Amino acid sequence: MRYLTDRKRAVGKGSAHSGTEHHWSMTVTAVILAFLVPTWLYIFGSALGGTRAEVLATFARPFPAILTALVLVVAMRHFAKGATSAIEDYLRGSARKATLIAVYSLAALIAAVGFWALLRIMMIS
Amino acid sequence: MVQFSLPKNSKIRTGKTWPKPDGKNIRKFQIYRWSPDDGENPRVDTYFIDLDKCGPMVLDALIKIKNEIDPTLTFRRSCREGICGSCAMNIDGINTLACIYGLDEVKGDVRIYPLPHMPVIKDLIPDLTHFYAQHASIMPWLETKTNRPAKEWRQSIEDRSKLDGLYECVMCASCSTSCPSYWWNSDKYLGPAALLHAYRWIIDSRDEATGERLDDLEDPFKLYRCHTIMNCAKTCPKGLNPAKAIAEIKKMMVERLV
Repeated sequence: MRYLTDRKRAVGKGSAHSGTEHHWSMTVTAVILAFLVPTWLYIFGSALGGTRAEVLATFARPFPAILTALVLVVAMRHFAKGATSAIEDYLRGSARKATLIAVYSLAALIAAVGFWALLRIMMIS
Repeated sequence: MVQFSLPKNSKIRTGKTWPKPDGKNIRKFQIYRWSPDDGENPRVDTYFIDLDKCGPMVLDALIKIKNEIDPTLTFRRSCREGICGSCAMNIDGINTLACIYGLDEVKGDVRIYPLPHMPVIKDLIPDLTHFYAQHASIMPWLETKTNRPAKEWRQSIEDRSKLDGLYECVMCASCSTSCPSYWWNSDKYLGPAALLHAYRWIIDSRDEATGERLDDLEDPFKLYRCHTIMNCAKTCPKGLNPAKAIAEIKKMMVERLV
């Protein structure tokens, strides 16, 4: 039982003075991904069914390689920030903090593995 | 943590079925009942009304039930013409005002519940204390720094027209209580009603606290919990669009940043 006024409960700890950067970042990355992902899927689809050497050769070319790197960076940033919103919606307290750390770690891990694979492809080819 | 099921003492049980009157135009009403005094779980009571002896609106039926069948039925009402916002409740799954919702708009049995996801004081009366405190927190008044003019704060016809679609809000809470984001995070998220009112003062050409108002709203929860679900616009009994007002605030926030 706490004797707080209704107004104090409503105001809480006040404004965090942040959020617009997150909102704008989501908008920008969504627009960029709208172009990047279909292009990458087209290249990925074209490579499907090819031999190992053909696939390696495709992704070792500058455009597919740079495109893949961009998709990794932008998509993982978009994923981490989007997941942040969902986690903030449904989880509270320590569970929220732990899940946010896990999601950001997962996004970084996926990006790192992707870059490592890309480097390997370019080194092999 | 979000709760996906009701606590044990909030599970709704079948309540009393009141006698059916004689008549040709009988309509069945299923109404949520709960009293803090008896320690019982909420229940749904069943009433029957002869529509030939009742007014056309849901509120008319509720008043008839209270006057003629069950005087313990509790609900808020005042103006009976959609201006005061008192009789907001969930009718046939839609948050609306009982006084302007016609019985002919409801198909089948008329199911009436209090506004969802709010603490219930009794029967159809939700506790709107926090909702009103949130409204007060957005400073719903004209903030000026310039010395008061001799006569009045002047406003052009064009600037006045920007308030249309905003000032009509009667604070019935139908929109906020239909918003899943508000259900989950109403402790921090201001909700569509308070944000619509916030925008009404931000956009007012006479107000001189635009920056402070935007500063106060810039928060991941206060404003940015709105995920454009649009339930608010769908349910508003006054036909307003709080989601659009929230989007306009977000646009202003981005304009400050970029």
